[in-house]
Amino acid sequence: MSGPVGRLHEVGLRYGKTIALDEVTLDLPGGCMAGLIGPDGVGKSSLLALVAGARAVQSGHVEVLGGDMADARHRSRIGPRIAYMPQGLGKNLYPTLSVFENIDFFGRLFGHDRAERERRIAELVEATGLARFTDRPAGKLSGGMKQKLSLCCALIHDPELLILDEPTTGVDPLSRRQFWELIAHIRAGRPGMSVLVATAYMEEAARFDWLAAMDAGRLLATGTPQELLARTGTTSLEAAFIALLPEEKRAGHRPVDIRPFEALDGDETAIEARDLTKRFGDFTAVDRVSFRIRRGEIFGFLGSNGCGKTTTMKMLTGLLPATEGQAWLFGQEVDAANIETRRRVGYMSQSFSLYAELTVRQNLELHARLFSLPAATIPGRIEEMARRFELTAIMDALPDSLPLGQRQRLSLAVAMIHGPEMLILDEPTSGVDPVARDGFWRILIELARRDRVTIFISTHFMNEAERCDRISLMHAGRVLVSDTPASLVAKRGVPTLEQAFIGYLEEAAADGTPAAPTQAAPAAPAPAHEPRRGFDVRRMLSYSRREALELRRDPIRATLALLGSVILMIIMGYGITLDVEDLTFAVLDRDQTVTSRDYTLNIAGSRYFTERAPITDHAELDRRMQSGEITLAIEIPPGFGRDIARGRPVQVGAWIDGAMPSRAQTVRGYVQGMHAQWLAQRAAHASSGGAAALFSIETRYRYNPDVRSLVAMVPAVIPILLMLIPAMLTALSVVREKELGSIVNLYVTPVTRFEFLVGKQLPYILLGMLNFLMLVLLAITLFGVPLKGSFLTLAAATALYLCAATALGLLASTFLRSQVAAMFGTAVMTILPAVQFSGVINPVSSLEGVGALIGQIYPTAHYVTIARGTFSKALDYADLQASFLPLLITGPLLIALSTALLKKQER
Amino acid sequence: MRLAHIATLGVKELRSLVRDPMMLVLIVYSFTIAIYSAATAMPETLSRAAISIVDEDRSPVSARISAAFYPPYFMPPSFITQSEMDARMDAGLDTFAIDIPPNFQRDLLAGRRPAIQLNVDATRMSQAFTGSGYIQTIISDEVTAFALRYRAVETPAVDLMLRARFNPVLKEAWFGAVMEVINQITMLSIILAGAALIREREHGTIEHLLVMPVTPFEIMTAKVWAMALVVLVATAIAITVVVQGALGVPIQGSVALFLAGAGVHVFATTSMGIFLGTVARSMPQFGLLLMLILLPLEMLSGGTTPRESMPVIVQFVMLAAPTTHFVMLAQAILYRGAGFSVVWPQFAALAVIGAALFGYAWMRFRSTIGAMA
Repeated sequence: MSGPVGRLHEVGLRYGKTIALDEVTLDLPGGCMAGLIGPDGVGKSSLLALVAGARAVQSGHVEVLGGDMADARHRSRIGPRIAYMPQGLGKNLYPTLSVFENIDFFGRLFGHDRAERERRIAELVEATGLARFTDRPAGKLSGGMKQKLSLCCALIHDPELLILDEPTTGVDPLSRRQFWELIAHIRAGRPGMSVLVATAYMEEAARFDWLAAMDAGRLLATGTPQELLARTGTTSLEAAFIALLPEEKRAGHRPVDIRPFEALDGDETAIEARDLTKRFGDFTAVDRVSFRIRRGEIFGFLGSNGCGKTTTMKMLTGLLPATEGQAWLFGQEVDAANIETRRRVGYMSQSFSLYAELTVRQNLELHARLFSLPAATIPGRIEEMARRFELTAIMDALPDSLPLGQRQRLSLAVAMIHGPEMLILDEPTSGVDPVARDGFWRILIELARRDRVTIFISTHFMNEAERCDRISLMHAGRVLVSDTPASLVAKRGVPTLEQAFIGYLEEAAADGTPAAPTQAAPAAPAPAHEPRRGFDVRRMLSYSRREALELRRDPIRATLALLGSVILMIIMGYGITLDVEDLTFAVLDRDQTVTSRDYTLNIAGSRYFTERAPITDHAELDRRMQSGEITLAIEIPPGFGRDIARGRPVQVGAWIDGAMPSRAQTVRGYVQGMHAQWLAQRAAHASSGGAAALFSIETRYRYNPDVRSLVAMVPAVIPILLMLIPAMLTALSVVREKELGSIVNLYVTPVTRFEFLVGKQLPYILLGMLNFLMLVLLAITLFGVPLKGSFLTLAAATALYLCAATALGLLASTFLRSQVAAMFGTAVMTILPAVQFSGVINPVSSLEGVGALIGQIYPTAHYVTIARGTFSKALDYADLQASFLPLLITGPLLIALSTALLKKQER
Repeated sequence: MRLAHIATLGVKELRSLVRDPMMLVLIVYSFTIAIYSAATAMPETLSRAAISIVDEDRSPVSARISAAFYPPYFMPPSFITQSEMDARMDAGLDTFAIDIPPNFQRDLLAGRRPAIQLNVDATRMSQAFTGSGYIQTIISDEVTAFALRYRAVETPAVDLMLRARFNPVLKEAWFGAVMEVINQITMLSIILAGAALIREREHGTIEHLLVMPVTPFEIMTAKVWAMALVVLVATAIAITVVVQGALGVPIQGSVALFLAGAGVHVFATTSMGIFLGTVARSMPQFGLLLMLILLPLEMLSGGTTPRESMPVIVQFVMLAAPTTHFVMLAQAILYRGAGFSVVWPQFAALAVIGAALFGYAWMRFRSTIGAMA
């Protein structure tokens, strides 16, 4: 052990009201395997994130590799010397990228050239046994392989400090052993490297050089495993940890007392499965699984994440239909439609499935009601469950505010509320601390032995498996073996269940993954490049490349990006037509002469109006206008023809449906025009020469002589679509990283905020250009709107406009956290200003107030001018210069703003 | 099917909603501020149109014409030369340009029928048509009035009495306010129902319901009634407080009948939300899907542009959309004061569409929820 690699002094961290770290003072030894132990939620991950520089220091002093982590310059200097593997299987990986592409991405971030990257990647995949899978997407790897890949990505730049946050949680025992062998192997090749690990598995921690036990944000003890055991006078670390806990936490703890299962004569079979198989596409999740569980038995399903435990349980509950095979509960075949069997079963899923918005009492009450317990007995039953599961004190709390252990008890209480004869529990104890876990098991054993409730439980903890009456070892969808834990151990002739399991796994994997690596330690690393601290094109392009790859492999986003805009263009092009045609009208003709019919024909003959059956009286006129059947009603008074002939003044009445003002305005114009035309015709016909016009007005409809809506709208729809979709895609691309966790790569690698943002922006600008070409093509071919002006001018403006649109999305992403919020946020920021305030329908010059202000600065307004100018007005760059300048400024301005607002650390 | 279950589950939906501040803010915003701002921001069809005049005559009559253009319909005209005209129109500065030729007044009084040229930027559809009508009328009136002083002019013998019913002054805000309410009803009911389903799926609680003695029919019905109730209450408040109160739009027909229609519409849209919730695998996918569905629903329903003017195929396809019928129903009741005897076909159409969507979502419910969880 060399000197400390990190020092923490009175470090505190809180998330809102929750205290994650409480005045922790600690020296982390260097050059060895140092471990943090303790259950979930005690502050291990927070501590590691602080040391890695992924999270901002709130209070206290964190010193790593000889400098203050609160200092951004120090962080950027030592960043390349640290590797951080966050919690969660493959959290910092990109699931759609292949193994090779993932490692390659990290290599590029650290500035290795092509040859160097290929050499290192070849070495790493060889050492980790991933060499045969380099083309497989990371998302399709098993948990163990994901962690090995994550490790490769962490090791690509020869770190001095390797930080691993729960690297083996949820990984099968064989992969787990291989993982630690790999770490030992790498450390042998690089003796100076310090490794800092957090783990919840005490068996693993026993092999570390130095340990710090943590609970509730505080340090319980530090020292070598031997020292901890000696200090507490215990034989296992788990017991030592419990002994180290403060008095009040330990108070409730008693060792779990297992009474053996005694089969009663004539005990019925509670669960039976025969050749149960489930396939998703060509992937077999569960492969011919068979078992039989008697009433009152505790039956354990043991296996790693993704081996088919959950799928099997879902098939038993009827949530998933089996592809093949059958299952029976209490002798009745599982049938999703059978309500009666459901009353006899209680189910608890992995995520505890509580309604976070309902209080503890409301959760219990909801389930009691849904199981149709008689209303009178419900309060009593809830009290009883609260007492039994020790929930009385927290009845009005919300589940999310409770510690995991209490949530777990509530979840069990909910599953038990209707007094089922069978419990199906899917990993009920993952993430729960040892004391709570033991308490939970005491309840289970009591239920099984006293109430003879059949319990079917899945777990990946070996010590829990030992408490079951019988267990099945599951791997890759198959049951390897089923028996009592004791006889499994005896059969393999090994000391522990874990080793027995590994034995069976190795047997099963004889044809599968190769065992631990045998190859020599990686060659001594070439001296690491000192990464460029300023702007680096390579790092930026590395993000662009990755983003483009991801986009290509995400069908939903790619479809939206390309097809979505085409579909929307068709909808909007045909939908937002301002041509008013085929309007319905009817006549109340109280004259019925040749003259009145001539007047009617004049209107009916135009392309704007379609005549409906004549109206007979005013009541009918009212009714037909009310129902919206006719838009225009003409009333011709009695004696119309006669009076005109005699030159007496006559009034024709016209009623227009004003419900839709814009339509009414147009109708008014039409009717006035046709009336005037009719009069002129009559005058000419009569050739009395009396009413010749004094002057004339020659109206020239410029740019769009037929006054066709499409010609006006299509060039304006393109700007709307090129704003909306690129902005949303870029916002999503950043926020997705925040939500999925890979944003941590921005926090802990040398990439700068600017490189990150622009790197992510570039592919979307290219995609936008492609989109633009498609839309222009569509406009010219399908809609028949010619592009009269300079295409180059339009294309150049589009490129600038897309810079601004994507930058707007990036800006939104800096303060939005979830993908849903990103979509809503960008929709709000783009749709209203683009559609209403950018001159698409009403010219900007006609707007008032805020709308007018937005219209003057919003990029869409300027781009609409350019689009209409080039499409309809046959203009080129010289004519449109004035609109280019604002576009040119907006993009870089927004990027600068986003860079300033984006955080390089989590807060 | 047990009513007790449907009631219990519905109450649960309401409780969940109450604890979701973001959703509450969204609801309040969309039914108050959004409606108010959309209604007031929408300018009248012809409002502040940019106009410029090339006056080559510089006579009393041309001065009289120029003085006749003023707000709110037109911006005060700018006086330009003929050579500037094209450039200004190209840059989009003017929507209209009037060219009064030299010696206009002299020719007019001499009875030589001079011609005034009116240039219209026809890429600005909304102003081009009505605006040129207005301008022609204004110029005619002014010129005729001027000429009357010097010579006798016959008035046309046949007068046209034009009256707009239901909205006599054709105020856009009246129309905009109600259409915005309709858009918000559609958007919110789809989002609330769909998001509630996806949230349950993401939290795993829907599986929990499905292993209990509760049928998908009960779960769906509960969501429909709970979300419909929220939307209806919000609508009632929006119509009475915002539309009638703050915006002062006169409502012709029965608000109760409109709410009943909204109820049937919301049944259809919440069912659609649930259906989308079974299609999308995650909240982001739901959001993307929503964009592609909501936009045509709102734009092609007849609430933005008249249905008659759309291509026949679009009109036909949109008959399957609940919004089309709801827009017809709302316009008939709220503006034209129609009663149930007039709008029952729309009620029937909404009910049929709702039932079909509900039925389809119901068929998909168990299979997809289980398979994707």
